[in-house]
Amino acid sequence: MSSRTTIAGVTVASKPVRALKGVILAACCAAVIVPFVGIVSTSLSTREQITRDGGFVLLPDQVSFAAYQAILSGGVVTRATLVSLFITIAGTTLSMATTILLAYGLSRPRSVAHRPVLMIVLFALLFTPGIIPSYLVVKNLGLLDTYWALILPVAVNAFNVIILRAFFMELPRELIESARIDGAGDVAILFRIILPLSKAVLAVIGLFYAVAYWNAFFSALLYLNDTAKWPLQLVLRTYVINQTQIGVDQLGAAGVALPPQEAIQMAILVLSIVPILVVYPFVQRHFTKGVLIGAVKG
Amino acid sequence: MSRLTWWDRVRRDRILLLAAVPGVALLLIFHYLPWLGNVIAFKDYQPYIGIFDSPWTGFANFRVIVNGDPAFLNALTNTLIITLLQVLIVFPAPIALALLLDSLMSERLKRAVQSILYLPHFLSWVIVVAIFMQLLGDGGLLNNFLREHDLGTVSIISNPDAFLALVTGQVLWKDAGWATILFLAALSRIDPTLYEASAVDGASRWRQLWHITLPGLRSLIVLLLILRLGDALTVGFEQIVLQQQAVGADASEVLDTYVYNNGILAGDWGVSAAVGLVKGVIGLLLVLGANKLAHRFGEQGVYQR
Repeated sequence: MSSRTTIAGVTVASKPVRALKGVILAACCAAVIVPFVGIVSTSLSTREQITRDGGFVLLPDQVSFAAYQAILSGGVVTRATLVSLFITIAGTTLSMATTILLAYGLSRPRSVAHRPVLMIVLFALLFTPGIIPSYLVVKNLGLLDTYWALILPVAVNAFNVIILRAFFMELPRELIESARIDGAGDVAILFRIILPLSKAVLAVIGLFYAVAYWNAFFSALLYLNDTAKWPLQLVLRTYVINQTQIGVDQLGAAGVALPPQEAIQMAILVLSIVPILVVYPFVQRHFTKGVLIGAVKG
Repeated sequence: MSRLTWWDRVRRDRILLLAAVPGVALLLIFHYLPWLGNVIAFKDYQPYIGIFDSPWTGFANFRVIVNGDPAFLNALTNTLIITLLQVLIVFPAPIALALLLDSLMSERLKRAVQSILYLPHFLSWVIVVAIFMQLLGDGGLLNNFLREHDLGTVSIISNPDAFLALVTGQVLWKDAGWATILFLAALSRIDPTLYEASAVDGASRWRQLWHITLPGLRSLIVLLLILRLGDALTVGFEQIVLQQQAVGADASEVLDTYVYNNGILAGDWGVSAAVGLVKGVIGLLLVLGANKLAHRFGEQGVYQR
């Protein structure tokens, strides 16, 4: 192990200092975990318990899935979830395709267009267009109230292009050259050699894009006036942050006794976190690699 | 071998060129075309007439800035205060956290703590704000606890005086863990023999921190500070828009929300575009200036000369 605290001759921190460090880190972890536990617990709680605990339950005595049944039975929340899923899947697919192609096009410094195209990407990184001009472009292209408005303006992230390009350029050149000698063209090199070797970094970039689409709030607020098209984040704002009461009409669960508002709100919150929690463990171990390439090389 | 002509090289690289087309097209449309839209900062833009036919007004829209319109000044002041808090509190926090994490002996424990602390970064602002409401709101966890123990209640979420503390706390909660990732990597690259040698010379751990660890992080710290400076006038837009209703504009209006509220919501397009344009130009100048300064101090900065 290369950790320096174990190297002979180096003084190890004294006991009280180590205890203090442990307490600080434990507190940081608790600050992240406790809210999650509370949200899940409240979403599973019965009305009696929520009333007794004052609106926020840390551990439920009795588990009830009524809130999930209510939000997933075809109303506003179900539709918004489907919208968010669609935007995330379509957007991430498009983003990955364009980003991979652009990074690949830029990964060979000998190619003619290398310098001007690289400049276009780098300048896009430095100058971010203002809110008003971006809005005008989206509006004049006729994209208002379409899902394209949430996808196209953010489809290519210049920073991700730079990360991926740096990674492509670090791959051993011999591999690519020997493939070329064997008669492989640019297309075959990309699909048979470069992409299989880049799985880790592709997973990280894919997660970055997917999270950005899934979390898109402001672009939806800006570009979608039609409430029927709202993604999950806007529904969250309306019913959780603005505390608008959610009724049977919105839930599409006619003739059922409504679960408590608090449980419904927390269930929507959980629903919006679950997809991230599902993907996170698989990509998480590649973070350092993926992020560092961009930071060091970019 | 004779040099290839330009046309030969285009033909040779045609696949690479074609590959770049969709990405470049999207960048041109959504990152470069909007620059042209900035002309409305010099016009009396009326949506139903269109950009081209709206009359030119010269620098009239910039008068709000020059004359120090109170609403604009309020937004500017709030922006600068939040930026200052971010540089003083939010920026150093991950460095301290990374040092703590780095000193953990067990690799497994370290990795477990990292994966927990990175997570909030991936939650949307809507979720983060909702979580803070659950914890600190009038009916939240904290106040329920205080009420149960007859300690009174504290108003945080809807209290204009607490707004700065609230937004700073939220940014820390969401991103301090994630921001450690770069510092941890930089720490792992510091040559361990330096520590051995200094230990032989009798350096205490504090002296090692001061003379080895912090200098090892210096160029990264400079780089990240420069990047932060470029965003000096950009402070948590979604975060603030989401919470503006509860605390009012006096406490929470920043330049971005000013542009949104006055431009897109209230229809004062020209003035908002002017504010946005000035904001963008200042940000760019700050990056260029800071980078020059970094070069003078012998650091690499964001880009090289």
